[in-house]
Amino acid sequence: MNIIKFLDEFTSESLTQKVSSRRDVFGTFGSLGKKAALAAVPFGLATGSSKAFAQNGTKAHEDPLNLALTLEYLEAEFYIRALDSGVLPAGRPENVYNQISKHESAHVEFLKTALADAAVSKPTFDFTVGGMFDPFNENGIGQETAYAQLLALAQAFEDTGVRAYKGQAPNLMGTPYLKPALQIHSVEARHASEIRRLRASVLGDVLNDNALGWITLNQRGPGMPEATQAVYDGEENVTQGGVNLVTATGFDATSVSQSFDEPITGDQAVAIASLFIVS
Amino acid sequence: MKKPVIKVETSVETHPKQSNSRRQFLKMGGLAVAGSSLFLYGCNNDDDNMDPMEPGMVFDLGSGDLGILNYAYALEQLEAAFYTKAIAGSYYAGASAEEQLILKDIYDHEVIHREFFKAAITGAVNGDTTKVLPELEFDFSGVDFGSRDSVLGTAMVLEDTGVGAYNGAGPLLETAAYLTLAGKIVSVEARHAAAIRSIFLPGDTEFAGDDVIDANGLDKSDLPSVVIPAVVATGFVVTEFTANQLPTG
Repeated sequence: MNIIKFLDEFTSESLTQKVSSRRDVFGTFGSLGKKAALAAVPFGLATGSSKAFAQNGTKAHEDPLNLALTLEYLEAEFYIRALDSGVLPAGRPENVYNQISKHESAHVEFLKTALADAAVSKPTFDFTVGGMFDPFNENGIGQETAYAQLLALAQAFEDTGVRAYKGQAPNLMGTPYLKPALQIHSVEARHASEIRRLRASVLGDVLNDNALGWITLNQRGPGMPEATQAVYDGEENVTQGGVNLVTATGFDATSVSQSFDEPITGDQAVAIASLFIVS
Repeated sequence: MKKPVIKVETSVETHPKQSNSRRQFLKMGGLAVAGSSLFLYGCNNDDDNMDPMEPGMVFDLGSGDLGILNYAYALEQLEAAFYTKAIAGSYYAGASAEEQLILKDIYDHEVIHREFFKAAITGAVNGDTTKVLPELEFDFSGVDFGSRDSVLGTAMVLEDTGVGAYNGAGPLLETAAYLTLAGKIVSVEARHAAAIRSIFLPGDTEFAGDDVIDANGLDKSDLPSVVIPAVVATGFVVTEFTANQLPTG
């Protein structure tokens, strides 16, 4: 299936609602300005297409897995290009990216196999988001800045991946795909933890509450571009299963929010991924 | 020798009289077997005869989603108790500020998880505390809390075990809301596991090492029938309980 068609069909809302919620998303990504709007072109193509998958006879597991595959394509290509860019310092940074790259590429293959003919094809990505970033130093931003962007984007992708898989898990209940989806979910969380800690180490900020392996409130962390805030919105939740855990445990909101990672919806995940998708 | 086989039959629920004295028994039972880490995990009738206490009075985790929640509560109690010891005093010898921060944060998270399950399960059974796993007793005499290797090595096993346990329990759940809650916790356990492995093991790739992530890029996923014997083998759990009615997938 074509990626644009998939992204378009993914949302269950009406097209009108989709357009307005998309506007909200780009409000959040407001600092990207016009370049972000250009990057949003794939969403523009959504207009005029049909809605539900079920009409096409799509099986229940295919939408969640295709969303997962889209995110894995994004991550897999990002890490491969990062490793090829020459931006990553040798030693721990390169070794960490290598290990993550191995897993993301394996996830792509695993999901393609699981989806077989129903798998979406790989999109064309723009990791500069219309020129806003230069993580591979292709436009000459310089190694130091490019490296900082490689770390920031990796953190945003991993933390997004954790939230997106979590959000899709209930949609896979009763299928044999729930188990492997959960197994990927926790791998993304391990990646997120390590990338976050590597960033903190590069920033010389390992004792900063907002730069740990876990997410504090809705803090994106030091040095993270404002454009990534949508990845963290909602993580400040302290009520679980109807229980306000600050009240129930006496721990503060910082600790309580760190203790639980929050899901995002398919729409939210698509909106974040779409920033990097050209076609 | 007890064989680790899950016994699929009714236990305490059909014996209301015995349930009445369960709490007291657990307390006494804990003392009676302190140090021996006797952790009943299913048992046949012969084993029951060998038990110094009357059979059927040991807490059973229960069936269905309740059983899985009690199972997770047991694991969180274990983790919380371990980190309580790990951060007591001045940590292990030579603990860096970063290591102390990581351990303190994880302690906070595990205690919060423990208290969450206590509240959530109590709510789910409408306050019928006979169905809520009691406070367990632990024996960490096998851990040298002054030793970095002993503390971080134990922490690593607990975190990796927790990740595999939640991943394996997720598909056994019937209620979507519980699956989401388990998902909210397991990713935090995975973040812990990566951080502990990263500071403890020498290699740069150990945060998601090839010993825990397979060739498909998949993390551990272990059923309770695998996790419980592994936890028994640590010798940390003193209080007896059974897991006779858990879903087996």
